[in-house]
Amino acid sequence: MIRKTGRILTAVLTGVLAISLVGCGSQNQTQSSSGTQQTSDAAVTLTGAGSTFVQPLLMQQVAEYQKNHSNVTINYQGGGSGFGIQHLSDQTIDFGATDAFMTDDQLSKAQGGKVLQLPVALGAVTLSYNVPGIPEHIKISPENLANIYFGKIKNWNDPALAKDNPDVKFPDLAIIPIHRSEGSGTTSIFTHYLSAISPDWNSQVGSGTSVNWPNPTGKALGAKGNPGVAGAVKSTSGAIGYIELAYALQNKIPYAYMFNKDGKWVLPSLEGASADAASFQVPDDMRVNIVNGPGAAAYPISGFSWALIYQNQTDKAKGTAMVNFLNWALHDGQKLAPSLSYVPLPDNLTARETAMLKTVTSGGQPLLK
Amino acid sequence: MSTDNNRLYESMGDKVLRYVTLLMAILVVILMIWIGWQMFSSSQESIQHFGWAFITSRVWDPVHHIFGALPFIYGTIVTSVVALIIAAPIGISVAIFLNEMAPSTIRKVVAFLVELLAAIPSVVYGLWGIFVLAPVLRQSVEPWLTKWFGFIPWFKGAPVGFDMFGGGIILAIMILPTITSISREVMAAVPTAHREAALALGATKWEMIRLSVLSYSKSGILGSIMLGLGRALGETMAVTMVIGNMPKISSSLFSSAYSMAAVIANEFTEATYSLYLSSCIEIGLILFGITLLLNIFARLLVWSVARGPKGGHLV
Repeated sequence: MIRKTGRILTAVLTGVLAISLVGCGSQNQTQSSSGTQQTSDAAVTLTGAGSTFVQPLLMQQVAEYQKNHSNVTINYQGGGSGFGIQHLSDQTIDFGATDAFMTDDQLSKAQGGKVLQLPVALGAVTLSYNVPGIPEHIKISPENLANIYFGKIKNWNDPALAKDNPDVKFPDLAIIPIHRSEGSGTTSIFTHYLSAISPDWNSQVGSGTSVNWPNPTGKALGAKGNPGVAGAVKSTSGAIGYIELAYALQNKIPYAYMFNKDGKWVLPSLEGASADAASFQVPDDMRVNIVNGPGAAAYPISGFSWALIYQNQTDKAKGTAMVNFLNWALHDGQKLAPSLSYVPLPDNLTARETAMLKTVTSGGQPLLK
Repeated sequence: MSTDNNRLYESMGDKVLRYVTLLMAILVVILMIWIGWQMFSSSQESIQHFGWAFITSRVWDPVHHIFGALPFIYGTIVTSVVALIIAAPIGISVAIFLNEMAPSTIRKVVAFLVELLAAIPSVVYGLWGIFVLAPVLRQSVEPWLTKWFGFIPWFKGAPVGFDMFGGGIILAIMILPTITSISREVMAAVPTAHREAALALGATKWEMIRLSVLSYSKSGILGSIMLGLGRALGETMAVTMVIGNMPKISSSLFSSAYSMAAVIANEFTEATYSLYLSSCIEIGLILFGITLLLNIFARLLVWSVARGPKGGHLV
């Protein structure tokens, strides 16, 4: 019995050792062979991953593009912005997409050289609430919004809220601030806005796809996804939550007027977000957070999502297909945006992005004609 | 168990069978070790950066690169314990009723329905939690508990509905089929002679169940509870939809919290820098460790109960 157990144990250990050695070997192999795959000129398959926010638009654009370019297959896997950045850096995908642009630190870790970041989608965030007996659209000033999420304004009958809404009779009801529990581009846009309008928020909480939400009242909640936030707001009286514009419009959720930089109260709309984006001086590397832009019509809580590609493409056929598709998506492809409740990108921006795509090369040759 | 002698008579087929099954058994062991090792090596950055403080820190702040696991460990354990406290008595009672008292038609229907609970996707439980359970808890159940039992710290505080109590209830419903069906199998395995013996000695129905059924099957029942606990610890989707997702530690069950599996699922995909990713993986490593410890403990418990004197007093 003991001998037998000993023998089995030896067998198990040998097996573990053998397989772990094999495992190490194969890992090295895949690492060295990635990036040098050859594909035929006729059929090209591109793989992308990242932001789930741009996924519905991108899928629609891909389907439309393939009607005239049947040799190009584009697989977009979603997975989240962090996932996209990670895999682009490791060169396991051909292009990525992200809701928060890559930082200098992340760019320096990209293994394939210089990364171009191209805004491909524009989104906006609405504030939605569930307070019995108040009108569909109330006004929430930037200070009040920050203080609600700081937990400093605790009740809907707070005089600060009444000041902006003199005609509204607010009930005595505790405020329950709801945020997205998972890392998301919507949270990134919203926290960038709070950081832009509140120095306290900027220094104490900051901005990103996930933040450490203040919770002095013990009432703050995190809910999963736009549907989760919308559901929690709907079923919780006293709740307020931020929801992506596309989702709020499609589901007819009540939302608030926001106070823009020019001192106007604006309701969220595709046009308002577009006006906000157009008012910005976008730098040459396209890395800009476009919250709180000037302009009478600008809706202040907006943000870009970026496509990520390497400037130097190792595979000419793939690189050519990719820049052609992206260029199409930036121009003709934007016509699909409004029907999916995305904001079309401003023309002056897409023209500059085409110029960027023309700098993409393979073996020293520019790929976009 | 075969000895060395009768191996002479083994056919080729037996040999093949033995090596194939041995290989499969080894594969499982390797898989476990491999997963553990992978998580350990991928979480090195966070382990070296934070050390043991990772387990005792309460702050989870991705913007400022500060990560601590304590609120998640706390939320996972509290919701799982609440689930067990609710589900174990119900599950065992249902099993006793179905096995010992119910007419066969009722038995079939109820057993089928209980097992159907296991087939519902967890996201459906979560949606039910958001739209049905949370409002009921907030408006009726929790205010009532606070009114009558508010002197206990567990039931203090203003109810929100998205809290550890709600998470525990959802988990209780989800682990009920595990506890019920395994307990029922174990009880069904009690020889009829034991029951008849107890009844022949003049035992009432309850005495018969206690003396012959429960004492005979208690190790199996404990095992079923431990399996349920294992499921509760790892459940992700339904919990994240009702627990409120706030990394905080509060003695009140009516306070929002966060669980380990939920934070991994929520933040893993958007973990945009390596320390962040590494911290998420370390949370997974801790969950792995807790599950492992719990299973060892469960084994010891089942083993000690099984070896204890027969006819011991479970109830």
